[in-house]
Amino acid sequence: MQRGEIFMTKQAFRSFASALVLGTSVFATGALAKSDITIAMQLEPPHLDPTSAAAQAIDSVVYTNIFEGLTRFMGDGSVVPGLAESWEISDDGTIYTFKLREGVAFHDGTAMDAEDVKFSLDRAMAEDSVNAQKALFAGIESVEVVDPLTVKVTLSEPNGNFLFNMAWGDAVIVAPESIETIQTNPVGTGAFTFGDWVQGDSIVLNRNPNYWGEQPALETATFKFISDPTAAFAAMMAEDVDAFDNFPAPENLPQFEADPRFQVIVGSTEGETILSTNNKQPPFDDIRVRQALAHAIDRQAIIDGAMFGYGTPIGTHFAPHNPAYVDLTGTSNYDPKKAAELLTEAGYADGFETTLHLPPPAYARRGGEIIAAQLAEVGIKAEIINVEWAQWLESVFKGKDFGLTVISHTEPMDIGIYARPDYYFQYDSLDAQTLMQTLNATTDPDERKKLLEEMQRLIASDFVNGYLFQLAKLGVAKTGVQGLWANAPTAAIDLTQISWAE
Amino acid sequence: MSRNLILGALLSSLVLLAALLSFFWTPYDYAALDIPNKLQPPSIQHWFGTDHFGRDMFSMIMIGARTSIAVALVAVGIGMTLGIPLGLMAAARKGTWLDEVIMRGNDLVFAFPSLVIAILITAILGAGAINAIIAIGIFNIPVFARITRGAALSLWEREFILAARVSGKGAARISAEHILPNVANLLIVQGTIQFSLGILAEAGLSYVGLGAQPPTPSWGRMLADAQTMVSFAPHLALIPGLAIIVTVMGLNLLGDGLRDWLDPRIRVARA
Repeated sequence: MQRGEIFMTKQAFRSFASALVLGTSVFATGALAKSDITIAMQLEPPHLDPTSAAAQAIDSVVYTNIFEGLTRFMGDGSVVPGLAESWEISDDGTIYTFKLREGVAFHDGTAMDAEDVKFSLDRAMAEDSVNAQKALFAGIESVEVVDPLTVKVTLSEPNGNFLFNMAWGDAVIVAPESIETIQTNPVGTGAFTFGDWVQGDSIVLNRNPNYWGEQPALETATFKFISDPTAAFAAMMAEDVDAFDNFPAPENLPQFEADPRFQVIVGSTEGETILSTNNKQPPFDDIRVRQALAHAIDRQAIIDGAMFGYGTPIGTHFAPHNPAYVDLTGTSNYDPKKAAELLTEAGYADGFETTLHLPPPAYARRGGEIIAAQLAEVGIKAEIINVEWAQWLESVFKGKDFGLTVISHTEPMDIGIYARPDYYFQYDSLDAQTLMQTLNATTDPDERKKLLEEMQRLIASDFVNGYLFQLAKLGVAKTGVQGLWANAPTAAIDLTQISWAE
Repeated sequence: MSRNLILGALLSSLVLLAALLSFFWTPYDYAALDIPNKLQPPSIQHWFGTDHFGRDMFSMIMIGARTSIAVALVAVGIGMTLGIPLGLMAAARKGTWLDEVIMRGNDLVFAFPSLVIAILITAILGAGAINAIIAIGIFNIPVFARITRGAALSLWEREFILAARVSGKGAARISAEHILPNVANLLIVQGTIQFSLGILAEAGLSYVGLGAQPPTPSWGRMLADAQTMVSFAPHLALIPGLAIIVTVMGLNLLGDGLRDWLDPRIRVARA
């Protein structure tokens, strides 16, 4: 092992030296495939602890690369064993006994065992936990260490989603030894260790030579943060970066497609992009007004105009690539005449005025401008208010001080938010709440599918929000980069699968 | 009349006419989206092409001219109505504490980079055309105050002012009746220049999203929207860019021409 390392270093040194001579590393390594990559993303993470913040950018950097959970998502959305090698579920569905992998160590050398799992789950579900998805752990009654490699998790009631929940970035296993500095120096069990963070610019990860699983093809990976779409285009074109996780300007994709240097990988995200409606604020407390909104919106025009054709129309809050998806776009088809009639019926024959808060992404800013124009045609005057993310979180999400807003809900399988009456769009329906309760207690896949379908129909026929489209994932990469996730079942850039051709 | 004056007047009136005309007529509804026909290059149907939502660029430029002119006009108006009296006052009370307060206050406003403060003001008050006007207007005040004071000071030394004082006129009356008419041509020239700077400032503010809000078209925002599309639809950026250039150049030429025309010394030399 040590000999091998020395050899590696020598070779690395040699290619480095010849790279200096030739002035470029691409040709210097010759037949050897490149082992480093620079991947750009739009937002920089605020810190690197996925278990204490909702920021997607954190997961993009650390999920499966640095931190791993009991289970994990694959690129196709399936949930497979992670740190848990296998598990047994008791007949009543309330006790999960996880068998952990042997020989797994954290990057600081300490062993990963059942105590760490108990620590991580207890920490996430604690009263004072700052976990952004506490609902994932709400059903856990207790976590017991049976032996160093066996953990028994007892649920208060059966939860068919439990293994799925444990795959989230918010449920990764962390170590008590390194928890203090997790935000700036994350120590996990993954195939990559944290290298360096140049604030405002980039984060570097290095291959973990002691990884329990298969060694990844990459030696180092750099995440570069480029927020401006114009700069993103320039960086890609100048080949300063090897790939862009989710390219911010869909209008530029045809240019990448036409360029043999690049490949464009269009996939789907979990982002249901909706015209979120404040269900408590008059006149939106009247279902006829909400239905009028739904019929006033021409989805295809929004997809074409704002996203240059990328995106799948949706008629409910559910991802079309999910097997349980029901196409309900017909329920809220584009029919401005009907919308006007409904408004008249509701007593707003002359329309009304409201606000439309738009966060920075193009889907919201451009989509919102189109929506405002479409609403104007049926007499609804929506005043556009462009806001930054901080303002959006403050006034819309926390303050609930808005009429309408355009936003993409990117959490996977988040239809449960319709059972939370205090959630920012304030949909308070007993039917939805009971339905979600039944769903959570159901483990039978067929039964669950039926319930999910029922839930989708319910929120679609209540016209809770205007359902626009499923946000596409627009990956751009140099030709030769392999293994990038096409879809984004969760926010992640899985480095373990990435390699260069040749 | 100089060539500058004629060319400047022509270009400026062209923009002004477009803005005035937009109140009665635009070739298309500027807010009407026509997404299937987006990003059309200039053609017979759409003289300036269409934007990324299929809106007619010619109509947007016309309304945009209206936005620019309205913002710049009111902002220069604020600068003149507040700045000129301040300058006259400072000159009339030269060397007193009033003069000091006014001129140091001016220095204070001058000391800040104007666009940065304009961004600060619109960030606090909220984005929008009205706040853009206020922000740009505030920075016009010291410009006019200073130029008025400078010109007025030399006038106060002249015999005809002495004559007016001897006849018992007060400082305020002398300022209004004798000083102001004699600095008026200077102020008109400066006003024209400030007007063109106001147009530029409005474009700058709306470029960063702090000017007129959508759907009201503004040249600066058209430029900002065009950024990622320049490489395949250059007309999106070229046209609002040219509109700004034509307006600003027109106003500057007009200002130059007016100065030559109104300046008595040059007039004498010409004669």
